[in-house]
Amino acid sequence: MNAASVAMAPTYAESPRTGGSLFPRKVWVLVLGIYGFLVIAVPVLHLVVPATSPLHLSDYAVTLTGKILCYATVALAMDLVWGYAGILSLGHGLFFALGGYAMGMYLMRAIGRDGVYGDPILPDFMVFLDWKELPWYWHGSEHFLHQALLVVLAPALLAFVFGWFAFRSRIRGVYFSIITQALTYAFMLLFFRNQTGFGGNNGFTDFKRILGFPLASPRVRVALLVLSATLLFSVLVACRALVLSKLGRVLSAIRDAEDRVRFCGYDPVGFKLFVWTLSAAICGIAGALYVPQVGIINPSEMSPANSVEIAIAVAVGGRGTLLGPILGAGLLHGAKSFLTVAFPELWLFVLGLSFIVVTRWLPRGVLGLLWREGKP
Amino acid sequence: MLSGELRRASLLLLALTAGSTIRAGEPQPPASGGAGVLDAPILDRLVRGDSRQETISALVAAGNVQALPVLRALLEGNLYLGETVLIDDGGTLRDALTGAPAAVTVDQVEKVPINNRLRRALEGAIATLSLFSAVPAERLAAARGLQEDPSPDRLPAVERALRQETDPKVKEALRGTAAMLALNSPDREQRLGAIEELRKAHAKRQLVQHLAAEHDPEVLGALRQAIASVDRALHRAALVGLVFSGLSLASILLLAALGLSITFGLMGVINMAHGELLMVGAYATWLVQAAFRGSRFFDWYLAAALPASFLAAALMGALLEVTVVRKLYGRPLETLLATWGASLLIIQAVRVAFGAQNVEVANPSWMSGGVALLPDLVLPWNRITILLFSAGVLVFVWALLSRTRLGLLVNAVTQNRQRAAALGVATPRIDLLAFAVGSGIAGLGGCALSQIGNVGPELGQGFIVDSFMVVVLGGVGQLAGTAIAATTLGVVNKLLEPWAGAVLAKIAVLAFVILFIQRRPQGLFALRARALEE
Repeated sequence: MNAASVAMAPTYAESPRTGGSLFPRKVWVLVLGIYGFLVIAVPVLHLVVPATSPLHLSDYAVTLTGKILCYATVALAMDLVWGYAGILSLGHGLFFALGGYAMGMYLMRAIGRDGVYGDPILPDFMVFLDWKELPWYWHGSEHFLHQALLVVLAPALLAFVFGWFAFRSRIRGVYFSIITQALTYAFMLLFFRNQTGFGGNNGFTDFKRILGFPLASPRVRVALLVLSATLLFSVLVACRALVLSKLGRVLSAIRDAEDRVRFCGYDPVGFKLFVWTLSAAICGIAGALYVPQVGIINPSEMSPANSVEIAIAVAVGGRGTLLGPILGAGLLHGAKSFLTVAFPELWLFVLGLSFIVVTRWLPRGVLGLLWREGKP
Repeated sequence: MLSGELRRASLLLLALTAGSTIRAGEPQPPASGGAGVLDAPILDRLVRGDSRQETISALVAAGNVQALPVLRALLEGNLYLGETVLIDDGGTLRDALTGAPAAVTVDQVEKVPINNRLRRALEGAIATLSLFSAVPAERLAAARGLQEDPSPDRLPAVERALRQETDPKVKEALRGTAAMLALNSPDREQRLGAIEELRKAHAKRQLVQHLAAEHDPEVLGALRQAIASVDRALHRAALVGLVFSGLSLASILLLAALGLSITFGLMGVINMAHGELLMVGAYATWLVQAAFRGSRFFDWYLAAALPASFLAAALMGALLEVTVVRKLYGRPLETLLATWGASLLIIQAVRVAFGAQNVEVANPSWMSGGVALLPDLVLPWNRITILLFSAGVLVFVWALLSRTRLGLLVNAVTQNRQRAAALGVATPRIDLLAFAVGSGIAGLGGCALSQIGNVGPELGQGFIVDSFMVVVLGGVGQLAGTAIAATTLGVVNKLLEPWAGAVLAKIAVLAFVILFIQRRPQGLFALRARALEE
């Protein structure tokens, strides 16, 4: 009997999918409304409404929204493994960063001759390190499609190999969490080295264009935001479909009592490995959209603290709800953007307290608080 | 007239004694008269006549330190001849014997000329005579200077200086110089002796330098053997140094992990704020040390800092237990997140209270310096102290858990909570006490860390991954496993460093632990599985 995991597992399991719709009508209206606002109203407010109008959305607001959408996608991917399969990863920031680095490599090559040193092939940091040619793993990085493939494959492959070893050895619970943390920590150290070939602690920055379009232009900014919103929306729908499918039922069963699932004749390894790898791939895509919007990627994205922040965004919103993590990421990163500017020394207090408050008093997160009277 | 007679007589006497000294070839101690003291006749022979060169040799042979200023002045062209011999001391002329200012100017006197032959003799003489200077630093410089230009005829003077020398550092340098000089001696036996001497001193550079100059096959063979032997010794020393730094790292890891072996290993609480408890201990040490600053008991402030850091961290741990951990027993993932939040709060609180900058913790004076095993291998006292201290803390924790009533109760509660409670054990109180003690031990670790590293709000962040690795690798709940895992990780890390670099070594160790846990999830020394893993 697994006393610990039963106690920690939420008791608000999804009801099996009964009919046509993935979400109740009210939720559909809400989700589609927000999505529609992001892909229609935001572009109009940013591009069409003149800058003098109070309704105009600033560059900062657009970039911030795009950023938060990427964080929300990562939180959603995290909820898939933590909320539904009971795997708490403290290394999801690594997959996010790997996707970001894969995209960053393309963006670095796309700078072309416009770099400080004007080298047509080598990125600036390689010229600075006096390297004469590209390392082998940079070959093909000038092709967008090549890197777009890597955005998915690099995190997915790493997650697959790591998960294959870990799940087969039946490493679970905190042990799994701690070794994922060690994993991202090790990668952070690796990427901090200049010799690794990813720009050391400065990472990649000073991007100029993507697919020939200048990154600084408002249209590209809006396009990236629309892409991020679309990614989040499609991942949400896909995840919802997944958790309501039979696969999702097995995952929830593994979360609640893995041994019983095994006794029933299912092998949890394949299920966990699938959802774990999928989650990592989603993080990679989110990272790839994040980097051109913020314009920088460096190894600090891989720090254990960043990965824990993803977990806390899920917990704040309410795990095992899919919508909650999106809300949590929005609240957390919105508060972070506001507080680190307005009250820098307050932010860590708020973040730290939110960990404690949520785990002690809000096991179902903010969403649980809002929807106390039954699920809509 | 009378003075002329006297001068002649003393000149005669000098010639006799100087001659006898040269003839005997046996150097005289400075106090034995003759050329050992500087007087007018010697000066006279030094500035004119045909025996200037011989006079210099005699001065050197006699080890006449008093003649040094005159010799230097002569070499630098600051020696003048008037009524008496005068030295130009930065513009004023002084009598070379008495030092009294003379009533003449430079124009009225004649500069004492020297030629190149004399110049060379003077340089050698000054170098040799400086070996007998009253100032140890000058003697040391002279001994080292002679190594650069080893000519075997200075050997007697160096050997004499070696016999008189009292300063160990200068003695060491002189011994090296003597061996260097002997290495160029025409006498084969002397060269062999010198090679042996240099081998003992691990002076590889000097031995290798001589390789080209040596022609005698037997001596050459001895030389090659000596170089190989020095190489082996240096290699061994490097290895010993590496193992020591590995053990030192291990002791730090052990201090960080010992507290965790109670809170995580026994109680199963994932305390991500453990590193911050180390930091609290380090700051407590800093406060105590600041209070002792300027007092004459400063060297003993650690006696007060140890209990203070233990108490500070234990109180912080107790607070953490009551407010967070207690509510989340049996929910490890939630505990992990909540204690992470607590760690952020503690870091930020310390930052607000003491500033974001590192604070400086001064070592007690007895901890500075180290034991020099070889010239290149110094084991610092603070690291040795911490090595011993961590062993002491290990024994303390072991005794606490296996020899005290609290340890018995902690074991009872962690093995079977319900049964322990049914037998009348106040389990919440035991949880609180055990958690506080584990936290206090982290505080002791912080106190030790403050002696070797920076103390800042982020001090604990670097330890959290490492210390969990140690506990997990050693086997949860296994004290011996924790100690062995810390030692293994520390030493392996440091042994990998020379050929992989510090970062890759750390990554390799992390990868090793990750793979190891995959193979043996229960750790090195698992006796029973923990509730977490069940």
